[in-house]
Amino acid sequence: MKLDNLTAIDVVEGIKSGNISCEELVCEIYERIERSKLNCFITLNKANALEKAIEVDRRKNEEDYRRKKLLGVPIAIKDSISTRGLQTTCASKILEGYIPPYDAAVIEALKCEGAIIIGKTNMDEFCMGTTTETSFYGPTRNPHDLSRVPGGSSGGSAAAISACETVLALGSDTGGSIRCPASFCGVVGLKPTYGFVSRYGLIAYANSLEQIGPMASNVTDTALLLEVISAKDERDSMEVKIKNNAAMNYCASSLKWDEDANIDIDIDIDKEVKGMKIGVPKEFIEGVSPAVKKSVWNAVHKFEDSGAIVEEISMRGLNLKYALASYYIIAISEASSNLARFDGLRYGLRLGKDENWHTTFSKIRGEGFGEEVKRRIILGTYALSAGYYGKYYLKALKVRTLIKNEFEDAFKKQDMLAMPTMPFVAFELGERIKDPLSLYLADVNTVPINLAGVPSISIPCGFSNGLPIGLQLVGKHFEENEILKAGFVFETLSG
Amino acid sequence: MIRKEEIEHIGWLARIELSDAEKELFEKQLSSILDYFAVLDELDTEDVEPTYHVIGIKDVVREDEPKEALSQSEVLRNAPKKEKGYFKSPRML
Repeated sequence: MKLDNLTAIDVVEGIKSGNISCEELVCEIYERIERSKLNCFITLNKANALEKAIEVDRRKNEEDYRRKKLLGVPIAIKDSISTRGLQTTCASKILEGYIPPYDAAVIEALKCEGAIIIGKTNMDEFCMGTTTETSFYGPTRNPHDLSRVPGGSSGGSAAAISACETVLALGSDTGGSIRCPASFCGVVGLKPTYGFVSRYGLIAYANSLEQIGPMASNVTDTALLLEVISAKDERDSMEVKIKNNAAMNYCASSLKWDEDANIDIDIDIDKEVKGMKIGVPKEFIEGVSPAVKKSVWNAVHKFEDSGAIVEEISMRGLNLKYALASYYIIAISEASSNLARFDGLRYGLRLGKDENWHTTFSKIRGEGFGEEVKRRIILGTYALSAGYYGKYYLKALKVRTLIKNEFEDAFKKQDMLAMPTMPFVAFELGERIKDPLSLYLADVNTVPINLAGVPSISIPCGFSNGLPIGLQLVGKHFEENEILKAGFVFETLSG
Repeated sequence: MIRKEEIEHIGWLARIELSDAEKELFEKQLSSILDYFAVLDELDTEDVEPTYHVIGIKDVVREDEPKEALSQSEVLRNAPKKEKGYFKSPRML
């Protein structure tokens, strides 16, 4: 079986028509993973996945199986997402051996639609990083160049798709953690609007910023996966409020299913692109590397040549250094509170001999957390401590309001914004990890999106010296479908 | 500037024991990161409301109906130390 260029839609159709054996497909994927030098996975789900694959092959003609949207599709899950009975570590030593007693809402949805969970992917510890180098389980390598990072924090998910070690993957994105590795590995990744996908079962890093999102080798598969994981879930209070609001249109994509449960893509390319208003904010493009700048402008011109109205705009109030500072203060402050739960009492690392209450926990946390996690908890604790709350946290929340307003203003005139996902292509392993601030600065084009809570997709748009470049399309709140359609148009125009 | 003693104190507040090497490393790094954060002082935000959640909605609660919860054995399964159906904690003092 040829795994290269195999899409999720191919898999579903192939299994239903009898052209693909799910068992063979899953076996082939594990063979590839076992030969791989990339270190994409922390934990594999082999026995269970094979059992499920055999069941899919046996029951594929049953009515309810034919209706499953991801029937037999292999998917890799970022290790920040809880999977019942399958080790979930967040790439941290402190959670080594932890077996969640429940599934995240998105995992329930995937199982219900017939997806096959291949394993849990490597990531930066507790999602804190841009390279997947802070993982306790060693770094993941970039499939395009083994000496380079895959991006992060969902680096294992992106690299696994790129190397055909899975067909689909889930990531989570707090400040770019889906889009950065998608850009560095040459795959598609989407961060939904804040509140669009249930966070129930996502191990929290910074609640007010993060979302689980789909990753795939192409835009249509991304749309398909988003359809499945955006199912309504009453356990995320943000999400349920939105979806109970009948006036709010939250259609995830333009995918339709006919009576025989075959998929139909309802997009007229010419009609979509004609008159589409795309703003290119110069603040997001002037500081990037020449190769990235050229590639992104080429992409934008493709839209323009097909009838889109492109305008270079300025989001003057959005000085990106303010966005970065605001983002990091909010993220570390929320993290310092969220990560207080990891103490080795109910689960996770416990050292041999207990001392008194506080010392025992201090030692466990000192031993169990990696350097970057400690750095962020210490900074966050400092930012929230008496006397500093107004200077750091409250100030950052106010600056966030200014940033959000800036996006709202831009969207009064534009349908969407286009910009580079990352300012450069993937860099060498070890190149930046010793200098945390320089790594934080690499997130300059992704973090403002999380602060504003708008949806954004990264799509491959070219190469520089064999390394992929990502185009980022940013939409209005709950207009996932618009950026997906634009992405689909771009893929089609690029052939 | 953030001093080594301050880092030690914050480490204690956060219940993270830091080695001497970590304290020295963080003293340098955290000072430069905090300097970077100080760029926000350039902005006048006197009359700006803070944004806690971007979509500006209040929390909602579901109906208070009893549902099946995890069993005691499932809850305790991951506990490194347990005794007689309880989590076993270190002593308080």
